[in-house]
Amino acid sequence: MADLTTDFAGIKSPNPFWLASAPPTNSAYQINKAFEYGWGGAVWKTIGDPVLNVCNRYGAFEYAGNRLVAINNVELISDRPIEVNLREIREVKKLWPDRAVIVSAMVSSNEAAWKQVVQQIEDTGADGIELNYGCPHGMSERGMGAAVGQVPEYCEMITGWVTAAASIPVIVKLTPNVTNIVPPAHAAINAGADGISLINTINSIAGVDLDSFELRPNVGGKGSHGGYAGPAARPIALHLLSQVAADPKYQAAGIPISGMGGIETWRDAAEFVLLGSTSLQVCTAVMHYGFRIIHELCDGLSNWLDDKGAASLGEVVGASVSRISNFGDFDLSFKSVAVIDEDKCIQCNLCYVACDEGAHQCIDLTADGVRVDPATYTGSALLQPIVREEDCVGCDLCSLVCPVDACITMVERPPERAPVTWNELTRTRPEVTTDWDAMIAYRKEVGIEIH
Amino acid sequence: MEQHELSLAQLQDSFSETYPRYTKNEATVEADRCLYCFDAPCIKACPTSIDVPTFIRQIANDNLLGAATTILESNLMGHSCGRVCPVDELCVGACVLGREHRPIAIGRLQRYATDHVFDNGIQVFEPGPDTGKRVAVIGAGPAGLSAAGELAKRGIHATVFERKELGGGLSTYGIVVFREPTNVALEEVEFVRKLGVDVRTGVEVGRDISTAELINDFDAVVLAAGTGRVPDLGVPGEELLGVGEALPFIAATKMADKDGLEDLNAIEVGNEVIVVGAGNTAIDAAAIAKRLGAERVTMLYRRSREEMGAYDFEVDFIRNEGVDIRFQTQPVELIGEGGRVKAVRCVRTRLGEPDQDGRRRPENVPGSEFVLPADQVIKAIGQEKLVDLYDAVGVEHVGGYVRTDDELRTSNPKVFGAGDCVRATGHALTVTAAEDGKIVARAIAKQLGVPEPESAPGATRGRFLHDTVNEFGRIHG
Repeated sequence: MADLTTDFAGIKSPNPFWLASAPPTNSAYQINKAFEYGWGGAVWKTIGDPVLNVCNRYGAFEYAGNRLVAINNVELISDRPIEVNLREIREVKKLWPDRAVIVSAMVSSNEAAWKQVVQQIEDTGADGIELNYGCPHGMSERGMGAAVGQVPEYCEMITGWVTAAASIPVIVKLTPNVTNIVPPAHAAINAGADGISLINTINSIAGVDLDSFELRPNVGGKGSHGGYAGPAARPIALHLLSQVAADPKYQAAGIPISGMGGIETWRDAAEFVLLGSTSLQVCTAVMHYGFRIIHELCDGLSNWLDDKGAASLGEVVGASVSRISNFGDFDLSFKSVAVIDEDKCIQCNLCYVACDEGAHQCIDLTADGVRVDPATYTGSALLQPIVREEDCVGCDLCSLVCPVDACITMVERPPERAPVTWNELTRTRPEVTTDWDAMIAYRKEVGIEIH
Repeated sequence: MEQHELSLAQLQDSFSETYPRYTKNEATVEADRCLYCFDAPCIKACPTSIDVPTFIRQIANDNLLGAATTILESNLMGHSCGRVCPVDELCVGACVLGREHRPIAIGRLQRYATDHVFDNGIQVFEPGPDTGKRVAVIGAGPAGLSAAGELAKRGIHATVFERKELGGGLSTYGIVVFREPTNVALEEVEFVRKLGVDVRTGVEVGRDISTAELINDFDAVVLAAGTGRVPDLGVPGEELLGVGEALPFIAATKMADKDGLEDLNAIEVGNEVIVVGAGNTAIDAAAIAKRLGAERVTMLYRRSREEMGAYDFEVDFIRNEGVDIRFQTQPVELIGEGGRVKAVRCVRTRLGEPDQDGRRRPENVPGSEFVLPADQVIKAIGQEKLVDLYDAVGVEHVGGYVRTDDELRTSNPKVFGAGDCVRATGHALTVTAAEDGKIVARAIAKQLGVPEPESAPGATRGRFLHDTVNEFGRIHG
């Protein structure tokens, strides 16, 4: 068993899995239960100013029969009195000294209010504070949450108040509802944050009811944007994580990231780890299946580390960060082509239609080895797709739509010309970026033919 | 009786596992259908309380080692059970998806997971730290192996004495190969051996080693000896050539499966085969006879379908094989010619008052005799109980079964019972034998003052028993 113990800016936990600040961390009852199941830590549901919640707080994004591919919510921060929360936090931390107990906070944007809440949290014995700058609904209209996270100057100012007042680690949670997540990350770093967590939920509307015309979630006939989370949000979270993880200023700061956004299985967790997450936060998967998923999260992650020959999780944190690059630095001579394994092919011809109508027209349908036009073919043979390799641009669409495991694979072919990146090419031949004749001449010169 | 020369392709077709292995894609698609129910009924329906939703989720997540570990933690015989459990009566029958759609194929997913670790020789468990305690286990069938392996996990050394040449008990010798290939059973024996268990085959307790030695030399003894040979029918003609027992007939196919399927052609099979009995062994023997080329196979059962212990799916199966079941029919004479059997004289029965186990007693109908042609008769009317062994070990027994309490203690404080020799009621399945092994190991550890491992599986689960009595003796899983 690989070592899963985690040290996040001095906050220690027996495994990297923390419950994210959300409904599953609303009470001592829930967090005690989660710790009994084995969760490494929990970020208490955001405490702060008084709020009132509404009915129909959640809406599901369903896809192809899967009930909760993502969830949208308009639930606010904790609606339990702050004193109750503080008392329970103290009790939980006392019961579970080896787990990470972090308190998420969000108060009005004035220094005194933040200083007070920092003191209140420290008095509980909690291990850290997470600043909720991400909540996209309800609180942002009151000048809190995303309203702070979307303005780097506010983010830096408030974080500065908190880090000046706090003696325990301060984590800044970033909102995805920005054009570029790096400036808010820089703001957190400038203000002395001890760690960054990302992402908070994404602005969204779960859907529209086709009978009633109501939005989902529906609050008495009305709807609004809510926060989107769950498996379908994961690619966006991974991207934002990669942007921060690859940022030189972030790397120089030497502070850890707590990654979240659609983590449901150990595989998802491993992806976040490879892109630079030291700890991992989970919410939607617990809202769907309960705390018991922690067993498989740890077991699967540990078995994977064993397979990779890693003795501890720390060895692979950020192992893919060096691969985060830019289009301009990709090798234009890298070549791969689609290869269809005809023994595995079930002749659904989804690859054909995807290539022919959605991509680059390099798959043919054949009957008994002879190319046929499916529009005019009248025979009874099941048509077999084959790739015209010389025309294949290597886009990968066919293998993505193929329903059969390992039937279509993208196979690397030797490059047909010297390696060059777009940046290198345009440094030496800037004319190709503006002059089609120059580009055509370049292509002829190196043997690129686009049909 | 003759040898039916079947081609290797025919033999492979007839004797390879009925359900092929799942491909990765098939397993993933099936696993992804699982709802991952909370407090799932499939767990409760499993006699060994395997955490089914968790292992299926682990398959869906491509954590096959984790999936196999989840299975084997609850059931060391999980590699067999994924193949032989009557899942429609247990986990699959309980699956909530069965109520509105199609239940999850839990058995096949279980196989997919355990095949991964057995194919790749992954040793899932380590023996516990040595406690210095030593236990003797009589019988290397599923109950004995489960007990020995569970003891090893607790650091209690187990020595298993098996009179047969190979370990595995009925998994190795008694379950038809298209449900469980012989190698699966043998892999399971090796798996237990690698936990440090000393499996001594070809050693018969009472002949090669005395019961007194076992009781004196070991801290405890597990009696998991199963059952004995098929009893005589008690009718004239049993000595005729062509009359035999079901278990050796099935065992011959198991050994052929191990050594090469061509050997199946060496097994003599008649053209008119009569199988006496209607339990699971009878069904297996009838199916083998049919698949080895018998023209006609007929099962005789003296009671009606209602009293028959077999599950519906088993009856459907054997009828689909083309086997005829004659209910309320029993043999009264085996008729021979030149020393070979050539027919069976049968009599119709009617059902009278219930006997002590609650089933109506068959009575012969006078004047209803008739003759069925037969060049082979296979006896499968249950197994004799090993009462001499029980007496030698010094344990009380009732009706041929060792008397035990809920912790499987016998009347002898040093002796515990497990498996078919204690299963007086209910279906005697591989999975119930495996559960017995767990119960016994826990009870022995308690008696010897060995603490339970922290994650002792199923520590709070009760014992699983069906309440129907099975007249045919063993119905294996």
